Amino acid sequence: MLRRSCAMAAGLAAAVFAGPACANLAYVSNEKDNTMSVVDTATMQVVKTVPVGQRPRGITISHDGKFIYLCASDDDTIQVIDATTFEIVGTLPSGPDPELFVLSPDGKTLYVANENDNLVTAIDVESKEVTAEIPVGVEPEGMGVSPDGKTMVNTSETTSMAHFIDTETHEVTDNVLVDTRPRFAEFKPDGSQVWVSAEVGGTVSVIDNKTRQVVKKIDFAIPGLRSEAIQPVGICITADGKKAYVALGPANQVAVINTDTYEVEKYVLVGQRVWHLAFTPDQKTLITTNGNSNDITFIDVATDEPVQSVTVGQQPWGVVVSPN
Amino acid sequence: MKGMVPNTLAVFFGLFLASVNAWPALAQQPSNQAQAAKPQNQSIEIKIGYLRAYAPQLALSVLDIPPGDEGVAGANVAINDNNTTGKFLGQKFTLDVNEVKPDADVVQAFNDMIAKGDRYVLADLSAKQLLSIADIARDKGVLIFNVGATDDILREEECRVNVFHIEPTRSMLADGLAQYLIWKQWPKWVLLFGSHEPDHLFADALRRAATRFGGQIVAEKEFKDTGTSRRTDTGIIQIQQQMPVFMQDLPEHDVVLVADESQVFGTYVPYHTWIPRPVAGSAGLVPSSWHPASEQWGGSQMQNRFAKASGRRMLSKDMSAWTAVRIVGEAAARTQSDDPKKISDYIRSDDFSIAAFKGQKLTFRKWNLQLRQPIFLGDRTSVVSTSPQQGFLHQVSELDTLGVDQPETKCTLK
Repeated sequence: MLRRSCAMAAGLAAAVFAGPACANLAYVSNEKDNTMSVVDTATMQVVKTVPVGQRPRGITISHDGKFIYLCASDDDTIQVIDATTFEIVGTLPSGPDPELFVLSPDGKTLYVANENDNLVTAIDVESKEVTAEIPVGVEPEGMGVSPDGKTMVNTSETTSMAHFIDTETHEVTDNVLVDTRPRFAEFKPDGSQVWVSAEVGGTVSVIDNKTRQVVKKIDFAIPGLRSEAIQPVGICITADGKKAYVALGPANQVAVINTDTYEVEKYVLVGQRVWHLAFTPDQKTLITTNGNSNDITFIDVATDEPVQSVTVGQQPWGVVVSPN
Repeated sequence: MKGMVPNTLAVFFGLFLASVNAWPALAQQPSNQAQAAKPQNQSIEIKIGYLRAYAPQLALSVLDIPPGDEGVAGANVAINDNNTTGKFLGQKFTLDVNEVKPDADVVQAFNDMIAKGDRYVLADLSAKQLLSIADIARDKGVLIFNVGATDDILREEECRVNVFHIEPTRSMLADGLAQYLIWKQWPKWVLLFGSHEPDHLFADALRRAATRFGGQIVAEKEFKDTGTSRRTDTGIIQIQQQMPVFMQDLPEHDVVLVADESQVFGTYVPYHTWIPRPVAGSAGLVPSSWHPASEQWGGSQMQNRFAKASGRRMLSKDMSAWTAVRIVGEAAARTQSDDPKKISDYIRSDDFSIAAFKGQKLTFRKWNLQLRQPIFLGDRTSVVSTSPQQGFLHQVSELDTLGVDQPETKCTLK
């Protein structure tokens, strides 16, 4: 899903930099109407709507851009979609109710959170086999992987922990308590920190990847909004590591955070119940999914101004942008 | 609980014990700090007691007969959840369930539990039974979590410093319902209430809600319990004739409110009204602290877990008991302690909140230790809405538009 697209941008930023707005395709999973919207990021228009499995949520793409992986939660499977023909060409054995996953930097392993069994499952995408099952806390959800691929972080929602997992031994090495209901884990592109959002706690915990200690807890305050309405979910950090974007759910805004000072420098008003985020590979645009207003918003990363909102399917959930 | 669960847990424990080095001296960890916690090889046991007044009970509809493990099943799922977290922190939770008859004296049973070492006790008791043990508990340093009694008086005149209320009050339930009816612009109500004390108390809460939110109760009528049996082979014939007649002289109204906690007539009101009107309260659109079909806000995860463990759907009392056990688990994890004083302090602190699949964090009202929470409004098959409704504003928390608010409280914690 999105986290890969964000991290991927780190690698691609050097290669693709600063041409004219490149025409990439954004893929949006629409949780409620069982479709995937395909959006041209240059024209900001929906070019195709693809029927997929039931309750599509987590979405990501292979590093060569050929295959889209999609969690079809109510079908208890991960669908593999050909990014050229948009046909479903296979499935992966996710276990029940897959919601979020992350693709390893080498593109070989998909790590999936299995909430029903309190497990993280590692799937070899080529052989389509489960290679490891790692016991974690209650309701595993957020999945992040370090840029060097050595460390994976899973968040468990009811346990309120970030579990650090060694990807070689598949063992949990550290468990870090964060605030209530952690939803998402995002490594900084240099691998120095992991940012973990706590939806119900209303904060983002910044965890040092060396000491595995929380070094900063970021709070949000928006005038006129009660604190219960501020529910951080998706996180994206720019390739240069300077700015972090945090989707604040029913607050309908995205916070822009200076990663040096940890200060929120701006709140960008987008659509209703903003859930997940993805950069375009050129890092010029951030795309948000707004579940309750059935649209996505394009944000200009240079000015942090919303540029345009585009209606997609019902209850857009996740978004990923093609790398090429 | 299925036999599989403990086995699975045991396997997990084994894995962790084998794989991870020990973390020394738990006690040195400061509270409230997010700490890197290594999996433990030494467990602290935290025993949670459960005291319930229970006897099999009839209902007008066989679908409404409470399951024998109502509440307890929720507590058991939370014990498992706490233990999954606890394996990373060296904490092990167990549940000690004790049962008495409704209306029985509970003091002896409670004292036995204290003697066994229970320091956290979930109480699914009547208000009277709960009050009979509250002060004993206070003097022994025991925290009580009320998961059964909706009586406002326990949070008001008879509030106690060591009794946390997880179950919402009748006034919170009535306010949640009233807000929705006002939002719908259905403000004219008739109130039908049963003749037993709980029915009268719920009727009082509905009257209070009408006053607070601008509803108008245009007529009231008591349905006397004359001692009829709840099931007869052809009873439906008489019900179809009697119920409309009972309601035929009521003035024009938008909604029929029913207060029948005692299950004497409420179930028979929908579709038997004299004029076609929706029904709400103890029948029709029912306010509750949980709904067996709620899947919002991650609820499907909770529902799946509960159904797998208990073989049935999750009811409100299950959710209250789950939440109570999770509150102890959350406080034990955050304080890294099993000391009731530390746990009690943490639950009362500004740092405390609990997530219970209701779309926002839940916290305690400090003035009477009632858990703030949204109220579900649902019929038999689905959730219709959740309150507080949009537009009912509050300077502290919109959840405080439900029930007795701080300026009106009669509670002095003692």
